[in-house]
Amino acid sequence: MNDMRIMNRATGMQDTKMSAKGVDVYYGDNHAIKNVTVDIEDKTVTAFIGPSGCGKSTFLRCLNRMNDTIPVARVEGEITLDGENIYDAKVDPVQLRAKVGMVFQKPNPFPKSIYDNIAYGPRIHGLARNKSELDDIVEKSLRRGAIWDEVKDRLDAPGTGLSGGQQQRLCIARAIATEPEVLLMDEPCSALDPIATSQVEELIDELRQNFSVVIVTHSMQQAARVSQKTAFFHLGDLVEFGETGQIFTNPHDPRTESYITGRIG
Amino acid sequence: MTDATAGAAHPAPKPQSLLAPDARTRKRNAAEARFRIYGMVAVGLAVIALVFLLTSIVRNGAGAFFQTFISLEVTLDEAKLDKSGNRDPEEMAKVSTFGYAPLIKDAIQAKIAELGIEIEGLAKPEDLISKEAAAQMRNFVLANPDVVGTTRTFEFLADGRIDGYYKDRVTMESASRDKNVSPEQLQLADALKDAGTLETRFNWNFITWPDASENRPEASGLGVAILGSFYMMIIVLVLALPIGVAASIYLEEFAPKNRITDVIEVNISNLAAVPSIVFGILGLAIFINFAGLPQSAPIVGGLVLTLMTLPTIIIATRASLKAVPPSIREAALGVGASKMQTVFHHVLPLAAPGILTGTIIGLAQALGETAPLLLIGMVAFVREYPAAPPEGFFDPASALPVQVYNWTTRADPAFVERASGAIIVLLIFLLAMNAIAIFLRRRFERRW
Amino acid sequence: MQEQHIVKAFDRDLEAIQAMLMKMGGLVESAIVDGAQSLETRDVELADQVRQNDRQIDALEEQLVEETTRVIALRAPTASDLRTVMTVIKISSNLERVGDYAKNMAKRTTVLAEVNVIDGAAAQIRRMARDVQLMLKDALDAYIQRDEKLAMQVILRDEDVDQLYNALFRELLTFMMEDPRNITPCMHFHFIAKNVERMGDHVTSIAEQVIYLVTGEYPDESRPKQDKTSFISDAG
Repeated sequence: MNDMRIMNRATGMQDTKMSAKGVDVYYGDNHAIKNVTVDIEDKTVTAFIGPSGCGKSTFLRCLNRMNDTIPVARVEGEITLDGENIYDAKVDPVQLRAKVGMVFQKPNPFPKSIYDNIAYGPRIHGLARNKSELDDIVEKSLRRGAIWDEVKDRLDAPGTGLSGGQQQRLCIARAIATEPEVLLMDEPCSALDPIATSQVEELIDELRQNFSVVIVTHSMQQAARVSQKTAFFHLGDLVEFGETGQIFTNPHDPRTESYITGRIG
Repeated sequence: MTDATAGAAHPAPKPQSLLAPDARTRKRNAAEARFRIYGMVAVGLAVIALVFLLTSIVRNGAGAFFQTFISLEVTLDEAKLDKSGNRDPEEMAKVSTFGYAPLIKDAIQAKIAELGIEIEGLAKPEDLISKEAAAQMRNFVLANPDVVGTTRTFEFLADGRIDGYYKDRVTMESASRDKNVSPEQLQLADALKDAGTLETRFNWNFITWPDASENRPEASGLGVAILGSFYMMIIVLVLALPIGVAASIYLEEFAPKNRITDVIEVNISNLAAVPSIVFGILGLAIFINFAGLPQSAPIVGGLVLTLMTLPTIIIATRASLKAVPPSIREAALGVGASKMQTVFHHVLPLAAPGILTGTIIGLAQALGETAPLLLIGMVAFVREYPAAPPEGFFDPASALPVQVYNWTTRADPAFVERASGAIIVLLIFLLAMNAIAIFLRRRFERRW
Repeated sequence: MQEQHIVKAFDRDLEAIQAMLMKMGGLVESAIVDGAQSLETRDVELADQVRQNDRQIDALEEQLVEETTRVIALRAPTASDLRTVMTVIKISSNLERVGDYAKNMAKRTTVLAEVNVIDGAAAQIRRMARDVQLMLKDALDAYIQRDEKLAMQVILRDEDVDQLYNALFRELLTFMMEDPRNITPCMHFHFIAKNVERMGDHVTSIAEQVIYLVTGEYPDESRPKQDKTSFISDAG
């Protein structure tokens, strides 16, 4: 190799925030996730890509124990957040979900006012002692969600009255209002038009300064644009995990190459 | 990809002009037009039947709201009513209605003389006044002892037959065969009417007075029945709504999805189809025989109707809960709400309009139920108003539909009119409740 | 070979630009051979032909740039597809330079037709050119077959071309020192030989692109450089 390289892409420089070791997920008899081991770094955007039904959304939902709501789902293996196993019997999933927030594919604001949408999480977790602190949290979250300027004059308007892109940014602001450490996003831009998509992608880039973000996307270009690390899932296996640029210019595994260049579905 | 050679076997059909519909289209359009006509005919028949029904009821029952009254000046003779002169109600109570009746007789005879009415063969003019009048006057005097010794004008109910004469139930000809009224009395009535002493006007008492005996249809009212129904509705609302909603929430959100839950759900759906009289038997066996609650009391009726309405409310609540999109639940869980918080802060408010509508419809159904109430004894003849709740729940009372049934079993044709009148009142209540349900649904409907 | 893309049009686009590249390669190979022959046989007409054909080579290069730009914009290629497109651009640039050198070779034929014959020089040049043309053929074959071993061999063979150049350089010096009247033709021959040596370098660069395409990394930078004429030490 050329020793005179000027650009060094430093990867693996951040701490590990969440770590999965040997994770298996079963839906009834269906072995949906097979022995996945992967590290999510702090202050980094990690993308999960793969064809439909490969298990990326399933694995994402394991990270905040949303799979607990599905009776036939069974999770084995270890997933840790800051070193603590989140599937330990002493862990309350409700408390976990305040630390690991989630944004869904279809924007789903509560049918309440914009203010109440943001304030609900902090209220139930007791994050504000009085109204003015709550106001501060709401404003901070809306600013971070890149939507403050558009709604600051109508905080009492219903959250469902916004456009699609605004609703999704509202949902992101809602998710970060509880000051989570990790933000999970399940295909957040699928329901949005290209301009709104770009706004959300820009927002994700800003968010990674404070949170670690895990995004599931079926658009490879989006994964290429927003993430620093990319994991490729196929039929429940984690096929390859690496720095995003390397995955998209010179992937190691031929299955990754086939998927990225559009040779397999 | 299409097989390009397939077209060679059949020559391509000549393209059809859009401006000229082909045979198949015309046939289809004709079939659809026919179907539309069938629909309109069906709707038309239903509307005609409904109109027929309503006109028949209103025609029969409208008369119940109007009653014939006779105004007379009665001298409240102290000698007859208050011998001691103390104006002490307890003492005056010893004088029964027999003591008051002669006063009325004197009053009407005085009126006849005053108006100078002469009718040949007239006997017992006091029969023009309802037998109820004496009791009415007695109650008034006992409530206001100071009026003793004065002469007051009272408005008395006319006798049922007189009232019937003005409603075309009784004619001169039928009167001659009737032992309760004579043609001469009818003539007297006409004369009094001409003099302005007798008139037929709107009668609020129909709605407020309690039921009267078989002989006095003119004095019978719905007061007790309305109160009884009202008490029962309160009991049903207070019991069925919380129990039904709580059961539904548990079944929908918290119950594990296993065979036991399935069995429970199936049974609840079946309960909704059980004939209402079965609930009556159940009520009789459990509430009256086993628990010893008083017969004919609103509490028992309310409990039986609660059992009947529970399946309706549970089913309506479950449907409303199911209609809440799962994305709202996921959003709440994602923000870190517990299952309970999700249900009570998010799902229930969204399901509220549906639950409310289901409850009101259930209540409206309960209002009109007759069979179970008959079995628990509400067919009894009740004259006293039940007291205020909660004691009033244990006093004997009646119910609107039961009252209708009761009146239709009586011989006097005047009761047919009363029964139809009661049906009109019932229908008005039902319409009002359904209107509230529609209004509430519109008001709370949200788009999400 | 890999499976096809799900979107067949993508495959067609890639095949089209690679076919254009191969056509360009074929034209350049002919240019080398014809150029060298015209020099040896002093065939002015053939030399003219070579100069005309160079216009076709230039036109192909322009068209290739257009087509590859289009593929990048429309198909957003990644991984091996992206490397394919990048190497097409770079190889076409190399080929165009080689074509230019061949044209220059032919241009000098016209001039050399009027001066003395230098014995054996043209033959040597023809041998060098033949080696370079075979190298180019193998480099293009390695490209089509994605054969990095063949490409590596091509890189190593440049050493031979360089050595032939060194030998010819010394010989021409001898001729020039013998007889001053030989200086003009020898200078021309020298420039021609230098051009051929540069052609070899470009073909080596093409082979390096093939290795990058196949493995994703460029070969080690210590490409054998045997051209010692830049150093005064052994000359003269």
